[in-house]
Amino acid sequence: MKKVTGLAAPLPQHNVDTDIIMPKRFLRTITREGLAEGVFADLRFNEDGTEKSEFVLNQPSWRGAIILVVGDNFGCGSSREHAVWGLRQSGVEGIIGTGFAGIFFDNARKNGLALAILAPDQRDQLMAKIGANPSTEVTVNILEKSIKVGSWEVAFEMDEVTRQALLKDRDDTVDTLKLLPEIQAYEASLPDCSRIQIIK
Amino acid sequence: MTRTLYDKLLDAHKICDLPDGDILVYVDFHIMNEYTSPQAFSGLDSKGLSVRQPEAHLAVVDHVNSTRIDEAPDPVSKLLIDNLEANCAKHQIACYGIKDPRQGIEHVVVPEQGIAAPGMLIACGDSHTTTYGAYGALGFGIGTSEVEHVLATQTLRYQKLKNMRINVTGQLSAGITAKDLIMHVIRQVGAGAGNGYAVEFAGETIEQLDIAGRMTVCNMAVELGARAALIAADNETLLAMEGKAHSGRFSFGKEHWQTDVRAEFDSEVYVNSMDIEPLVSWGISPDQSVAIGDQLPVMEQMVTDKEKSDFTRAMEYMDLKPGQNIANVEIDMAFIGSCTNSRIDDLRAAAEILRGKKVADGVVATVIPGSNATKVQAELEGIDKVFIDAGFDWRPQSGCSMCLAMNDDIAENRERIASSTNRNFEGRQGRGARTHLMSPAMVAAAAVAGKIVDVRLFTQE
Repeated sequence: MKKVTGLAAPLPQHNVDTDIIMPKRFLRTITREGLAEGVFADLRFNEDGTEKSEFVLNQPSWRGAIILVVGDNFGCGSSREHAVWGLRQSGVEGIIGTGFAGIFFDNARKNGLALAILAPDQRDQLMAKIGANPSTEVTVNILEKSIKVGSWEVAFEMDEVTRQALLKDRDDTVDTLKLLPEIQAYEASLPDCSRIQIIK
Repeated sequence: MTRTLYDKLLDAHKICDLPDGDILVYVDFHIMNEYTSPQAFSGLDSKGLSVRQPEAHLAVVDHVNSTRIDEAPDPVSKLLIDNLEANCAKHQIACYGIKDPRQGIEHVVVPEQGIAAPGMLIACGDSHTTTYGAYGALGFGIGTSEVEHVLATQTLRYQKLKNMRINVTGQLSAGITAKDLIMHVIRQVGAGAGNGYAVEFAGETIEQLDIAGRMTVCNMAVELGARAALIAADNETLLAMEGKAHSGRFSFGKEHWQTDVRAEFDSEVYVNSMDIEPLVSWGISPDQSVAIGDQLPVMEQMVTDKEKSDFTRAMEYMDLKPGQNIANVEIDMAFIGSCTNSRIDDLRAAAEILRGKKVADGVVATVIPGSNATKVQAELEGIDKVFIDAGFDWRPQSGCSMCLAMNDDIAENRERIASSTNRNFEGRQGRGARTHLMSPAMVAAAAVAGKIVDVRLFTQE
C-alpha cells in the first residue's frame, strides 16, 4: 500500500474505544471474517436494526468513506484485533488522528490499516475542510508521508517501522522465524531458573 | 549509565535489533483466553507452524463463560471454550477450563498461582496485562496477530516506549483505596496521556500499597493509554509470591528490579495522595470522574467545541445534568468483579460494609469472585454468607462477566450500575447501560443505600 485516496468522514469525538468500534456481541467467533457488520454497530443502528440517519457513515455524503478523520486517543480500551479486522472489512484503509492507543496502533500495522498522526490544529483544519465539502477527495500518501486535499497539503507523522510494514505487506511471524538461531542463542544464555514450566 | 526499571526489563529480554528499527524481545510467559486466541491458532495451522515453547503458555477460560453454572451457557460460548481447550490439547499447552478449580479471570489466576515474578516479560491478548507491573514484571496487552507470533516464536517485535514516572506522595486518608488513587491519577493526567509510554508508579503512597492495591493501580494504567505499568519490586512483592503453586519454580535474575536513583524519565508527573476522596466516574471515559462530595462539571468548564460536544454526549448517555451532585444518584445494579477489583482483599473490603446490612429494594447486586480459588478462600472466611445475607447474588463460577458483558450477564435495559470494574465506555456493560466506576467498598455502600453514597458514612457509624 503506497497511498489511500478517497472519501474521508469526520468522527470528531475523543476516546472512541474498541468497544464502540466493535461491540462485544460480534466477538463471539473463532474466525476473522464477517466483522464488517459489527463496525460502529451501536452508532449505526437502532435497537430494531434500522439505521440511525444522523450517524456520519449513514449520511449520503459519507457513506462508503474509506478514510476516517478522528478525535484524540482513538482505539483506546480493549485489545480486540476484531476492531481492526472489521474496519478493514468495511473498506476503511486509513485513519487520521492526533494519536492512537498502543495496542490498536500495533493491530492496525499488522493489518494494513494506515494510521496517520497530525498535530491537533492540522487535524481540526482537515476536519473542517471535509465537513464543509463532504465530497472532497483526501489522499494519504504513505511514501511521502503527506495528506493532500486539493491544494492543501500537510506532512503527517508515522514511524519508519510502521511505514515500511504498510509499504511491504510482510508476514512478521514467518520473518521472525528466520531469526531462529538468534532466538535459540538467547534461550541458551538463560539460566535454568528462568525457564517457565506451567503446571498443567 | 543509569536506567529505569523499564529499560532494565527491556535490556534483559532483548534478543537482537531488527533491520526496521524495532527490537526482538523474548516472552517469558504468555497467557491466552478463549476470544482473542482462536484466530492465532488457526493462523499457525494455515502456515504449518507449531508452538515453540508450549510449557511457557497458559490458557484460561474467562470472558464468555457463564458465572452461574460450570457449563457453557450457549452454543457460541461452547464453540469458543471447546476451541480453546482443543487448541491447547493439540499443542500441549496448560489450560484452566471452566471445571478446573484454578479457573478464574486470567489476571487474578496468574498471580494467585504464583506465576508472576519480578524481572519477567509477560504478554497476553488482553489490554489489562499491565497488571503484572505490580510484581516488577513487564506485562502488556497484544492483539491476536501478535498472539500467533508469540506462539510460533516465543518473541515479539517490539517498539520501545518512552519512560514516564508518576510520583505519588502523601498518606491516603482512611477509607481511600488503590482504586480511588488510580482513578484520581487518570482524572488528573487524562485518558490517552500515557499513550506511547511505559509508566512507573513510585513514591511513598505506592510503596505503602499491598500487592492487591498495586495490581489495581497497574491494571487501570491502561486507561491512561499506558502500554505498560511498573512498580519496583520490594519485600511486599517477594512476600506475595510465597506459598503459591508455582512458588520457587523459577526466578528472573538477581538484578534489583528498580529504577536507578539518577535515571531520567521522558515525563514526570507528581500526585499528592493526601486529599484524594472516594471517586466515582460520571461519564463515558475513565478520566471523567468526581469526588463523592463534588458536583459534575458544567458546560462553562469545557473550552473547545469538541470538548463541549463530548461533554454533551456523556451527559446524554449517562442521563445526568451538568453541575449536579454525584451523591444520591439512584442505581439499578451493583456489580463487584473484574480483573481490577475481585481479589480476596476486595471482597473483604466490600463485606466489611455489608455486614449486617441489606441491599436496597430494587437493586440487583452481584458479586463474582476473581477466581474459583478466591471463591473458596472467601467461603472459608465466611465472606460468602455476608454477601448472601445482604442480598447479593454470590456466583458459583468465576469470570469477567458483566465487566464487559460478553457472557450472559448483560445490563439490557439502560440500567445504572455501581461497578468495581475498569471501563465506563458506552455500551460496555450492555447497550445503553450506564456505568459508574468506583471501589468495591463504594459499590457495597451504593448497593445498600440504593444510590451513590460516600462509603465513609458507613465506616463511621
